Amino acid sequence: MTNKVDIIAEGEGELLGWRDPDENRAWIRENKPRGLVDKQMSVTKAVEKFVKDGDYLAFGGFGHIRVPMALVYEIIRQGRRNLAIAGKTAVHDIDILIGAGCVSKVECAYAFGHELRGLSNAGRRAVESGAVEVVAEISNASYQWRFLAAMMGIPFIPVRNMMGTDTFTKSSAKQMTDPWSGKTVTLLPAAYPDVALFHVPCCDKYGNASIDGIIVEDFELARASRRVIITTEEIVDEEETRRNPRGTVIPFYVVDAVCEVPYGAHPTEMPYRYFFDEQHIYEWLALSKTEEGAKEYYDKYVFGVKDFDEYLEKIGGLNMLNQLKKVEQLRMPMGDVQSNQAE
Amino acid sequence: MNTSTQVEYTLTELQSCVASHILEDNQSVFVGTGCPLVATMLAQRTHAPNLLIIFEAGGMGPQVPELPISVGDSRTFYKAIAASSMHDVMAAGQAGYIDYGFLGAAAIDMYGNLNTTVIGDWKTPKVRLPGSGGANDVGSFCWRTIYNLRNQSKRTFVKELDFITTPGYLDGTGAREKAGLPTGCGPYRVITQLGVYGFDEATKRLMLISIHPRVTLDEIQDNSDFEILIPEDVPVTAIPTDEERRILREIDPTGRVIDK
Repeated sequence: MTNKVDIIAEGEGELLGWRDPDENRAWIRENKPRGLVDKQMSVTKAVEKFVKDGDYLAFGGFGHIRVPMALVYEIIRQGRRNLAIAGKTAVHDIDILIGAGCVSKVECAYAFGHELRGLSNAGRRAVESGAVEVVAEISNASYQWRFLAAMMGIPFIPVRNMMGTDTFTKSSAKQMTDPWSGKTVTLLPAAYPDVALFHVPCCDKYGNASIDGIIVEDFELARASRRVIITTEEIVDEEETRRNPRGTVIPFYVVDAVCEVPYGAHPTEMPYRYFFDEQHIYEWLALSKTEEGAKEYYDKYVFGVKDFDEYLEKIGGLNMLNQLKKVEQLRMPMGDVQSNQAE
Repeated sequence: MNTSTQVEYTLTELQSCVASHILEDNQSVFVGTGCPLVATMLAQRTHAPNLLIIFEAGGMGPQVPELPISVGDSRTFYKAIAASSMHDVMAAGQAGYIDYGFLGAAAIDMYGNLNTTVIGDWKTPKVRLPGSGGANDVGSFCWRTIYNLRNQSKRTFVKELDFITTPGYLDGTGAREKAGLPTGCGPYRVITQLGVYGFDEATKRLMLISIHPRVTLDEIQDNSDFEILIPEDVPVTAIPTDEERRILREIDPTGRVIDK
């Protein structure tokens, strides 16, 4: 009665994170508790428990915004290897992970750059030397639509971009004729990351998380991923969640770990709370020009501190964090930030 | 025709003014950081107060208090009408709500296709660039896309791109529609350090539409590896007025963007 669908074109990129929808449904049924369970744990424990060598990871936020840096540092500290990273506009997180040797594959919408700040030294060096392989290209819109398909439990989603370009040719997408309009559409395969990691302003102990300001693609990514780790500026009472239910961007049933980490996005920006630490970002950009420099950075800020609190002391402590708060709240110009970094 | 000051303007000031004149009031524009945002803010403060600014990470209709550093930073949704999501923004683009989009690139061909992915071979690149980001989406969805390129040369205006990241007119008239891209949109203007270009209606090839002061037609062609269509009587690009330069200084008081 019906014809087999004709595939017009196929991208040659590696298909990362795809799963049969029924297999994933069964996995969710078995592994994601629907009851309210206290999921508070330390960052160390969360990474030990949920991030494994070879996993396909995606980080929440965008570029230098709301990136779960305490988790990034912990992944480096625990020496994870052969990670595949979603370059869903991944900037500081992916650069630092690549420099530390944690990454072997990237699916790239945007990576290896720091927007206006320039190109990534560590990331580019690794790709140009072959140490890290870009296994597929994609665009920003398409990446988050891969997560949208996954969160809906559908195997793919049709879209109208990427046709006619090498971004398509090197992607894991396909093209077919839309049976209604007769036009060619791009089919994006669902992407189910092994772990998605987020930093949020507020979350209760069960994992109901709110986000202030833009959500980027965290709504879709959290629901698409098998495991979800959340670090939060503060743990709030369940009553807080129930008082403003519209504020819940990530619901508890997709969340596996909740870790209270004030300033856990430093040196990236936390909307309304603290601005980018430009000096720290530039310190990384300068040091990462060489492998020796990058090692110096990790020795100082990752391996040379026992935990994130000690890291915060090292980047300038309360004095620096208060300045970043004033800049974020437009009470002080960025250029006036004074370093008082402990040596 | 030169009624402006004798004081030299910067390239970014010139490009921002040119881009600003293209934008129309009561339309929407998808912007990134840097010069395109400066141009958009200039348009808002002059002829287009109701221009709707949209950022790819979710900022919609902000009253930008100071120049954002990132397309997601909190300045992109300061006093905004919505702090939304990428899905919301990109879906709006795909549905036809976004009139203008801005892009930059490492290289362009005569049909306005762009490369921001690799120089050299994809598997073993000589230089790895950041990739599409939202560029392929902007180039696919916005009704009219404006390119800001600062370094027109034989290396950047090339016959064949190492990698087509973002669609221009692909290989000519009708190619976008044939490929399945939304109908009736595509690259509209290309602004470089030498001139302003559009695309010939019949062939969709790059065509000069104005030339910057003190630039010669030979320089236009000598700084391209492909043949640029050059009509008779090409006007000179309007230079920034004193008033525009004053506003630009208000928008970017430290000169972080406009002094370049």
